[in-house]
Amino acid sequence: MIKTLRNLVIVVSLFAEGLMAAELNIEITQGVDNPIPIAVVPFSWEGSSALSEDVAGIVAADLQQVGEFRALPAGNMLSTPDEAAEVFFRDWRILAQDYLLIGKITNSPGSQLVQVQYEFFDVAREQKLVGEVLTGSMSQLRDIGHEISNVVYEQVTGVRGAFSTEILYVSAQFVSPELTYYRIEKSDYDGRRSQVLVESQEPLMSPTWSPDGSQVAYLSFETNLPRIYIQEIATGQRRQITNFPGINSSPVWSPDGTKLAMVLSKDGSPDVYVMDLMSNQLTRLTDHPRAETEPSWSADSRSVVFTSDRTGQPQIYQVGITGGFPERLTFDCFYCAKGRFLPDGKNLVHVRRDTREDNSYSIAIFNIETQRLITLTDTSLDESPSVAPNGSMIMFATKVNGRGILDAVSIDGRVKFRLPSAQGDVREPSWSPFLN
Amino acid sequence: MGTHSMKFFKTTILALSIMGLAACSSTGDEEAMASTADTSGIDATTAAAQRAEAERLAREREAQQRMEAAALATTVFYFDFDVSEFMASDRDVLAIHGRNLAANSSRRVRLEGHADERGTREYNLALGERRANSIRDYLVVNGASLSQIETVSYGEERPSDTGQTEASYRLNRRVEIK
Repeated sequence: MIKTLRNLVIVVSLFAEGLMAAELNIEITQGVDNPIPIAVVPFSWEGSSALSEDVAGIVAADLQQVGEFRALPAGNMLSTPDEAAEVFFRDWRILAQDYLLIGKITNSPGSQLVQVQYEFFDVAREQKLVGEVLTGSMSQLRDIGHEISNVVYEQVTGVRGAFSTEILYVSAQFVSPELTYYRIEKSDYDGRRSQVLVESQEPLMSPTWSPDGSQVAYLSFETNLPRIYIQEIATGQRRQITNFPGINSSPVWSPDGTKLAMVLSKDGSPDVYVMDLMSNQLTRLTDHPRAETEPSWSADSRSVVFTSDRTGQPQIYQVGITGGFPERLTFDCFYCAKGRFLPDGKNLVHVRRDTREDNSYSIAIFNIETQRLITLTDTSLDESPSVAPNGSMIMFATKVNGRGILDAVSIDGRVKFRLPSAQGDVREPSWSPFLN
Repeated sequence: MGTHSMKFFKTTILALSIMGLAACSSTGDEEAMASTADTSGIDATTAAAQRAEAERLAREREAQQRMEAAALATTVFYFDFDVSEFMASDRDVLAIHGRNLAANSSRRVRLEGHADERGTREYNLALGERRANSIRDYLVVNGASLSQIETVSYGEERPSDTGQTEASYRLNRRVEIK
C-alpha cells in the first residue's frame, strides 16, 4: 500500500517536471601533474545591467576541464588589464604564469549585439599571440567563450579545440519496473544547456550524430519493437528508417554521410548491414549465425569494425564495405566489444574485460600495429566510448554508487572529468563532430 | 523467494506427470472404468475399489489441471551469465506452454528477452534476442506454430531489479512470456 502511494507521488512530480532535461554538473576528477599556468583576467563590461554569462569564467573552466591548464584565481592577480596597453608582463611573471588572456565586452547603445574583444599573450616572450573581436547576441556569450577557448587551446597545444562541440546521451528515470521515462538529450560538451530531443516510456538507445551535426539517429521501442529513427535536430522532424523483423539497432552514419550502418536480425541472427540513405538499398556486410553488432566506420568510409561472438565470447573484427572475410583484431581478452578507431586508424578504442574472473569492464585503447594496450579507466561497468572530434578525449558511460553517469578521459589517461546527472541515470554519450 | 516457489512447482510437475502417464497406460479413462463397474455385476468390494480408483483418477486429473495452470502461470524464465540456452529445469514448464499453444491455435504470445547490465548495450540486445529465440524454438518443438510467437529483445534496457549484486543480475537475465 505504502509502495503504491510512493510510486504515485513520484509519477506526479516527474509529470510536473515535464520535459526537463537531466542537469549535468561537471567535476574534474583528475588533471595532469604539471598543468600549464594561465591567467584569465575577468573581462571588463561597462553596460548598465550585469551580463548573463561570465565569459572569462567560461574560458577558464574550459581550459581546466581538459586538465592541461591551471587558471590563476582572480583574487591572486596583481592587476586586471582589459587591453594590451595595460599589460605589465612583470605582474604575470611574478605569479609564474606562462600565458595571459584579457578582454573587454562592449555594446553599442540600443543594439542587442555585443562585441567581445580578447587578446592572448605569451608571458615569457612578452608577445601577443592572437587578438580578435567576436560579435554576437547576448544569448551567444557562452558560445563566444567556448570559441575563445578553442583559439587559446590551439595556440598552446597545436590541436584544434573541441569546446564548441555538443554531446547526445540517453537519460532514464526509473519509477517502477513498469514505468521508466527514457529521453534522448543534447547538451554542450560540458553538460551545460541540456535539452530533451525525444521522450518515451519505452526504451530509447544508441543516439548518434550525422556527420554534419544536423541530425540524430537512434533506436526507439515506441512501437514495442526496436526500430531506427532519424530526427532533424533543429525542427524535431523525424522519420522511421527501418521496420525489419527482429532487432533493428546500432545506427551509425558513414563519415561521408551517405550511408547508415546498422544491425538487423531479420535473417535469423544479428548481422551488420549498410543502408544507402538515398536509395534505401541494403548491403549485407556479415553473414554468420552468431551475433554481429556494434558497427563503426573507419575514417575513410571503406571498412567497418564490429563485435562478433563467433568464437564464443565477443571479440572485435574489421570488414571491408564490399563484404568478404572479416579480420579479427582482438585476441587476448575475455570480452572485447564496441571497437572504434581513433582518427589515426591504428588505435582501437574499445570496451574490455580481460578475464572471466576479473568481472570488470574498462575502456581501453589497443594499437593494432604495435599491439600496445592502454587501459584508461578504473571503474568497473564502463561502456559506450565516444571520441571527441579532435581525438583528445573519450567520453563513456559508467556506474558510480548505482547511478549511471558520464565520464571523460584523455586518450593518454592523464585527465579525467565527470558529468553526473542531478537526477536519474545518464548513459550512451555520443560526442558531436566539429559544429563550428 | 520467487526462485524457491518456482523450484517447488518444477518438482511437483515432474512427479505428477510420471503418475499421470502410469494411470493412462494401465487403466484407460475414467468413464470407461465407471461403465465397466455398472455392467459387470461383480461383488461390492470390487465395485468400491473401482469407485475409489475412479475417484483417485479424477483427483489426479484435477491435480494435473492445477499443475498445468501453475505451469502456464509461470511466465518468467531465468538464464545463467552469458548463456542463451534456457535452464534444463524449465523444460517441463516450457513444454506445457508449447502444448497449450498447439491446442489453442488462435493464442498469440510475445517473448521478451533481457540481459543484465554487464557488457555493452548493443551486444546485450543480441543476447536477449538469442535467449528469447531459445525458448521460441522449444515451444515450436512442442507443437506451437512460429506464427503464434513474436520475439523481442530489450537487452539491458528494462531491468526488473536495478541493483548491482549477483542476485539482481540473476533476476534481470530472463525471458518473459506475455
